[in-house]
Amino acid sequence: MTALAYNSLHHASPQAADQIFLIVQHWIVSHAPAGLQSLLAILLSVVAIVGGFGLLFAITTILERKGLGRIQNRYGPNRVGFFGSLQPIADAIKSLTKEDIVPQTADKLVHLLAPILLVLAAFSVYAVLPVGRNMVLVNLDAGVLFFFAIGSVTEVAVFMAGWSSRNKYSLLGAMRAIAQMISYEVPLILSSLTVIMATGSLSTVTIVEKQAGFSRILPHWFLFTPWGFAGFVLFMIAATAESNRSPFDLPEGESEIIAGYYIEYSGFKFALFFLGEYLGMFAISGLAITLFLGGWNAPLPFLTWVPSYLWFFAKLLTLIVAFIWVRGTLPRLRMDQLMNFAWKFMLPMALLNLITAAVWHFMPSGPVRWLVSIVLVVVPYTLLGRNQMHKSHLEKRVYRFAE
Amino acid sequence: MLGEGIAKGLIETARNFLGSYVNKDRLTTVQYPEQRLPQAEATRDFPFLVYDGEDWQAGLRCVGCQICEKECPPKCIFIEKSTDKKPDAVGKPQFYPAVFNIDISVCMSCQICVEVCPFDAIKMDTAFELSTVDRFGGLLWDKARLAKPNQHYHHVHPTEAAEVDGRLAEERAKADAKAKAAAEAKTSAPPPAAPPAAPPANSGVSSTS
Amino acid sequence: MLFTIFAALTIAGAVAAISLRNLVHSVLSLILAFAGLAAVYLLLGAQFIGFAQILVYVGAVAILIVFTILLTRNDGTFGTSSQASWNLGALIVIAVFGTLAWTIHSSAALQHALPPQPEATMQQIGTALMVRFALPLEVIGLLLTAALIGAATIALHEKQERP
Ligand code: SF4
Ligand code: SF4
Repeated sequence: MTALAYNSLHHASPQAADQIFLIVQHWIVSHAPAGLQSLLAILLSVVAIVGGFGLLFAITTILERKGLGRIQNRYGPNRVGFFGSLQPIADAIKSLTKEDIVPQTADKLVHLLAPILLVLAAFSVYAVLPVGRNMVLVNLDAGVLFFFAIGSVTEVAVFMAGWSSRNKYSLLGAMRAIAQMISYEVPLILSSLTVIMATGSLSTVTIVEKQAGFSRILPHWFLFTPWGFAGFVLFMIAATAESNRSPFDLPEGESEIIAGYYIEYSGFKFALFFLGEYLGMFAISGLAITLFLGGWNAPLPFLTWVPSYLWFFAKLLTLIVAFIWVRGTLPRLRMDQLMNFAWKFMLPMALLNLITAAVWHFMPSGPVRWLVSIVLVVVPYTLLGRNQMHKSHLEKRVYRFAE
Repeated sequence: MLGEGIAKGLIETARNFLGSYVNKDRLTTVQYPEQRLPQAEATRDFPFLVYDGEDWQAGLRCVGCQICEKECPPKCIFIEKSTDKKPDAVGKPQFYPAVFNIDISVCMSCQICVEVCPFDAIKMDTAFELSTVDRFGGLLWDKARLAKPNQHYHHVHPTEAAEVDGRLAEERAKADAKAKAAAEAKTSAPPPAAPPAAPPANSGVSSTS
Repeated sequence: MLFTIFAALTIAGAVAAISLRNLVHSVLSLILAFAGLAAVYLLLGAQFIGFAQILVYVGAVAILIVFTILLTRNDGTFGTSSQASWNLGALIVIAVFGTLAWTIHSSAALQHALPPQPEATMQQIGTALMVRFALPLEVIGLLLTAALIGAATIALHEKQERP
């Protein structure tokens, strides 16, 4: 084993570069006593996931602050380190050394458990994300289902945080967050259902494998089908709402409810919430990559020599940048707009998209199939979109109890 | 169509993002500790006590009248009046503040103390980098810390200081003129004043002798 | 070993859910019980049921209960119930448990040996639902849709009454 690993390291072939983490893991594990090997292997993977995505979190915070700054014609952080590059470390030290304040009337135990549960749930979903060839912690038969099931646990964590703080704003924020998450979970799952229909599998690894290969230059990603494109857009919109990011950041709307459900958290617990939110965003972006963007597959046939995990992280960073860009552009929605959009636009579109995917599946391939599918996507989009846009008149507000 | 506005917005923000790297004029941020904007002349933040001449103890214009203490809305001025007197700017003997403290953590920079002072003794300063690690003692400024020469006043608020100086000079001139008039009256007045005193003496002498 | 832990968790959660004074605490303990149950399912190799349990019960049912509590009460606590209702409840619980235990104990299923565990993959469950049990699935779907429309109608009704 050691000799093999050494050899493959020595020959530095593209294959070895691709599998380097696995080789290193095997090498370390082979030195452990036999009884502990499987445990150690899992432990190493977990450490890699926590470390890798923790690092990505740090990078994203600085990227986001810099990016938003530039979008608003500011510099962004530029004091700590070279062009502010060490800012995340300063932030980490700050949040670790800050006083941890728990409100006197708070439900101490629940208040403590909420951020822990959030971060645990956020990290658990990475178990089924294939970040590279053969690089998945567990290849579950029901991987996508696992992802959504664990993802729904964050709602409980959010509720626990909002309720235990005994603060009206935090409770309002939690209620908003839960209402929003439930509403957008429906289109989120429905839009990913198209991919499950197409591949006939809930396993993330199988889904990625089904997207390997190229027709001439176009990769076989689901993004490059009409229903896949529509599904991807719907999925990303729902994902933005699920991860409470702008323009769907009503749960933490600073201008109305100050910071929403984590208003009463400070110091390290606040940092945990922050971490949990970002991890959720990465995870759901990772799922979008797995479902629609071909996972760790290379985008062009002559680029397959680049290690697969690099492709995954490149796609992930692209999506993160898109998230930041959208955050810098769009203002926050109103609650009724949010709900209308979810139930009157996202849901019908996602349902119709299921039909489009079925039509695509049963029609013989050729230009006719493309045409029919595109019509099936564009026409409802235009009609539903017009419906959304003509709702701009506001009726006079009637107060039931305040008169 | 739905999404058109979003696309437009995205293009706009992308333009801002890229433009900020190309065109430095877009970045309006002033890199503060290294770069500074010139302060406007009307800048004001916390009060200070003006003194004339070299010695701040002797030259303090404040007479300890405590008007500012009474008028200060958040009550952040603490004055103890002296028991003895010293000559003021005009030369009249006046009280002076034995203690004059301003708690600048409470002061709200309203300038009311300046408006009400009849002696032009308290004025607004422009210094703003006042952070300190001592949250109580460091922010309670005493007389020594508050006292600043008139030149400083000229430096931070030249127009206003010139006007104040002009007024003070006028007042002093008026006072001088008055004093001179009084002195002249003194030199010329004794003759009419003396005679009434003399005759009785004389007469007294004459009567007793 | 693992089963003992998960079973203990489930029971502890369930007991806490009925004995705690604070309603919200009860819901949180109920979530613990649900999660323990899901873990037991997973232990038995039923991935689909296990994850569906979390998705539906933790993610939806528990949240629904939370919403109900928060929208109907303002403090989440309630008074002590009377001794009589406790007794009645205990009676019903014992009766139900006794019936179930007796039925299971005397059922024919226990007489013959366990058949080899069938591999229930996702694929099989999906095919079974879509082919063999397509009609029941459709009926359930129709029923739920009807319930949904009914709920929406009831909710809308109040709005229309206003001038
Ligand atoms: S500026 Fe206003 S608050 Fe400050 S000392 Fe003067 S009167 Fe008081
Ligand atoms: S500063 Fe002016 S108002 Fe205040 S005590 Fe001195 S002389 Fe009086």
